[in-house]
Amino acid sequence: MLEDKDRIFTNLYGNGDWGLEGARARGGWVDTKKFIDNGRDWIVNEVKGSGLRGRGGAGFPTALKWTFMPKEGVNDGRPSQLLVNADESEPGTCKDREILRHDPHHLIEGCLLAGRAMGAHIAYVYIRGEFIRERQNFEAAVQQAYDARLIGKNNVHGWDFEIVVHHGAGAYICGEETALMESLEGKKGQPRLKPPFPAAMGVYGNPTTVNNVESIAVVPEILRRGGAWFAGIGRPNNTGTKLFMASGHVNRPAVFEDALGCTFEELIEKHCGGIRGGWDNLLAVIPGGASCPVVRGEDIRTAIMDFDGLREKKSSFGTGGMIVLDKSTDIIKAIWRIAAFFKHESCGQCTPCREGTGWMMRVMERMVQGRAQKREIDMLFEVTKQIEGHTICALGDAAAWPIQGLIRNFRDVIEARIDQYTWSSTSEGAVPSIAAE
Amino acid sequence: MANIKVDGQLVEVPDYYTLMQAAEAAGAEIPRFCYHERLSVAGNCRMCLVEVKGGPPKPQASCAMGVKDLRPGPNGEPPEIFTNTPMVKKAREGVMEFLLINHPLDCPICDQGGECDLQDQAMAYGVDKNRFAENKRAVEDKYLGPLVKTSMNRCIHCTRCVRFTTEVAGITEMGLTGRGEDAEITSYLERALSSELQGNVIDLCPVGALTSKPYAFHARPWELVKTETIDVMDAVGSNIRVDSRGREVMRILPRVNEAINEEWISDKTRFIWDGLKSQRLDRPYVRSGGKLKPASWDEAFSAIAKAIKASGGGNRVGAIAGDLASVEDMYALKALMTSLGSGMTDSRPAMSGIDPSMPRSAYIFNPTIAGIEEADAILIVGANPRKEAALVNARIRKAWRAKSTPIAVIGDQADLTYDYEYLGNGFATLADLATGKGAFAEVLAKATKPLIIVGEGAVSHGAAKSKQIGRDTIALAARLATGANVAEGWNGFALLHNAAGRVGGLDIGFVPHNGGVCSADQIGLAGDGKLDVLFLLGADEYDMSAMGKAFVVYVGTHGDAGAHRADVILPSATYTEKSGTYVNTEGRVQMAERAVFPPGDAKEDWAIFRALSSVLARPLPFNSLSQLRAAIYAEFPHLGRIDQIAARSVDDVRKLAGATVKTKTATFASPVSDFYLTNPIARASATMGECAALQAGLRQAAE
Repeated sequence: MLEDKDRIFTNLYGNGDWGLEGARARGGWVDTKKFIDNGRDWIVNEVKGSGLRGRGGAGFPTALKWTFMPKEGVNDGRPSQLLVNADESEPGTCKDREILRHDPHHLIEGCLLAGRAMGAHIAYVYIRGEFIRERQNFEAAVQQAYDARLIGKNNVHGWDFEIVVHHGAGAYICGEETALMESLEGKKGQPRLKPPFPAAMGVYGNPTTVNNVESIAVVPEILRRGGAWFAGIGRPNNTGTKLFMASGHVNRPAVFEDALGCTFEELIEKHCGGIRGGWDNLLAVIPGGASCPVVRGEDIRTAIMDFDGLREKKSSFGTGGMIVLDKSTDIIKAIWRIAAFFKHESCGQCTPCREGTGWMMRVMERMVQGRAQKREIDMLFEVTKQIEGHTICALGDAAAWPIQGLIRNFRDVIEARIDQYTWSSTSEGAVPSIAAE
Repeated sequence: MANIKVDGQLVEVPDYYTLMQAAEAAGAEIPRFCYHERLSVAGNCRMCLVEVKGGPPKPQASCAMGVKDLRPGPNGEPPEIFTNTPMVKKAREGVMEFLLINHPLDCPICDQGGECDLQDQAMAYGVDKNRFAENKRAVEDKYLGPLVKTSMNRCIHCTRCVRFTTEVAGITEMGLTGRGEDAEITSYLERALSSELQGNVIDLCPVGALTSKPYAFHARPWELVKTETIDVMDAVGSNIRVDSRGREVMRILPRVNEAINEEWISDKTRFIWDGLKSQRLDRPYVRSGGKLKPASWDEAFSAIAKAIKASGGGNRVGAIAGDLASVEDMYALKALMTSLGSGMTDSRPAMSGIDPSMPRSAYIFNPTIAGIEEADAILIVGANPRKEAALVNARIRKAWRAKSTPIAVIGDQADLTYDYEYLGNGFATLADLATGKGAFAEVLAKATKPLIIVGEGAVSHGAAKSKQIGRDTIALAARLATGANVAEGWNGFALLHNAAGRVGGLDIGFVPHNGGVCSADQIGLAGDGKLDVLFLLGADEYDMSAMGKAFVVYVGTHGDAGAHRADVILPSATYTEKSGTYVNTEGRVQMAERAVFPPGDAKEDWAIFRALSSVLARPLPFNSLSQLRAAIYAEFPHLGRIDQIAARSVDDVRKLAGATVKTKTATFASPVSDFYLTNPIARASATMGECAALQAGLRQAAE
């Protein structure tokens, strides 16, 4: 459990002033110049020491990612760039918007420091299309920082730094880092092939690091309090504090900051007032945003909510956006809805995802009614395996996992639904078999 | 060079190779749909997945990943990929299944059937079962104009067509709209494509989504006889394959020739074939009582013999060769004229500045078409390469895309699909440039490989006494091409002809000699009654009303301008109906082959002249094509070296540069106003007519 003194996002609920004055009152923009002057390696080492893992879902060590950027003095004429991914569109995830509208200066200061750590003089912040107020606040905060000469040319920190705010048009796929870059460049948001990786050739062909909003926004506090402080929270390899989101059938859905390494039960009891109808009513949880495989209620209760804890449960920590489903939920329909989402958001560039997401959704559609054959469950599982790992970007994987989780955990429910449909069929033969080929 | 193991076999490949290229170097076949070696890499079909040892536990797209992207093993072993493992097999089967779930099973009525990548690869890499029980996707067909037929249900979204049109053809009229399942290839506005290379998307489409509209439902690929030959629609000499069934040409496809057309052809080349079947002259005609009447060969020949006898021979008999004449045709006609004592032969357009005294370097595209890519500055004088030689234009665009070659134009300010600096439209601009005035003069002066493309519009000005303009243009262009910084061995003087027969005619001296005069003057003499008999060898691009009372013998294939004026029509064979030598604008000698036989009584041109010579009692010294060719090769050995360009000399161009320039002003304009209607075959083609009408209409709408 996190103590109040260890909280990073102290204005998460917007109770205080989100502007520069408020940020300064809460301890922001303190010692920034010192950190800048300590130099690139110092910042990278502190962040490395903190054990910070990327908060966007994949959990890649942030400091390691920064070291992929061209070293200082290696100058081929191309500028290094920071690209902040604020295209937060994963269903169940709503943490970055709170940072953007209530604690924007964490992000701005983080951009500056991360920029120093990778030798970048510019940061692009790509904000999701639907985030109107968030963008307004963030833009205002950026302007405040410019006015106070905290960033910009010849700023007080001695590291020239520009922040460009870009407003997307609201496509899920533009949250994928290479599609994000395409979209930022004004092209159709379709993922690029990797390699070349962004650190070698990113936005406008220049070396770019793409980081999640939260990963960048926690950097100033890590530097202020020391990497060791951050590393002391949570458990090894899963350190620090994290913004969690709980939505669905909890008594008080909330966004909250807590330490990694707590159990699911602790988090829900402390922040959300428990499960609707009590713990016995818990059916399942999608632990980290819609793309993570669903976990059965009895498995998740004592699960440790961090990257490794959920991998043990054959799921994924993702963004920390828990979607809680109680026993009133039609779990098949819930997963069908997620399949429909991914079918709708597939960019259509590569074959398995373009053709496969629609196929999966349609099979799921029938399974919701029970209008399927039991052998189609295995077929569906095989189709998800045919998509997973065969696509250009991770959307194919993201579309496959929820269904894999469903089949792994709730096969009995699907079979029961099919049986029920068969039993309730009439002599007219309401159960069509697969058309003879 | 990098070492890589493919399926256990160690190969050494250049380190810029992709995994696909490396696998092919090792002899492993990799299926693909979206990858095409002349287009950018899309990597979206996922058919070319391979397994990489030590990499992530998922297959990688071999078309997009480079050999140098792979890391060596822990002890420095070369990286290893596999193309035959269960993982790869499963990946291919999976992708194939996904491609087929929404693909209609209409192969029996699909024009692509039998030459379909999807069909072939489904047989080789797919599974034979269908697990897809849902409804298939339906996509509305798109209108892409009169040439490309769409059947969008079949589309597999490989985006080859989009990449071709944007990258090679230079039009941004096709794209992928929508996303996910609803993604569609479209031309956005349901308007005809405006490129003259659009037909190539038919070849590129790996399925039957884009097929040939004129060819639709006409034939199946396995019933066609394939003849590899040469195109004559322009002076590029594109390598083509003529597919015929019985006596009919059914379609025309490109052949790969890196030096000329790579693997593209223009729409005129591809869709001309219906013109080969209509408006054909299939029997001789003789004019009597003011009307052309069908006649036998004997009657036609005796009418000609009478007219020649009446004229007295010598320079009172003339001959003009048209755009599509082969070397053999012109050689035979020239021999006939020589036997009549006439030096009145010409194969050039009216008032050409190309003088018979000039060396060969003065009238060919010296740097070669492939050499365009080496040029570091390009000046286009009086030509619209997009219309006159679409594939030369595609090469210029390729060079421009690859290295942003600076390009400037003097002449028509047309959309050439690349950016250029427009300098002006007149001779004065060229003269300024040659004296070093202007920013582009500096670019040219600094260039080590300057390329000066001189169009026929800059060399042949048509108006009376305008030959000097053409000569001066050649001189100035030669000066610009031979600047001080020009690299050793580079010859940047490039004359861009727009007729397939032109260079061949100049090579064998089908130009005025022995007191003969040029084509325009011959017509002038005929109008004045000083020339009695005029042979037109497929020559239709001249003023037919100016020939006065001359007895005109038209030897040709189509009922076009020349046939209407003729007093005797002798029907001959088109380029698909005879074996003939053509020399393209580079000076490259190529041989066209017969795919079908000429219709009706029509005969090969050289045989007509040979037969006529007997009637005139001046038999020509050859009785067969091989004897004729032996005579040609003896006299002009370079014409026997097929597919080669005879050695050229920069010194000749330097000599041209030294000529005194007398012209002060003149305007340069491209002679090709309508790309689709440049020759008698094209004018007889309904498809070309439709394209021309459409383009004219579009232009009006745009204005």
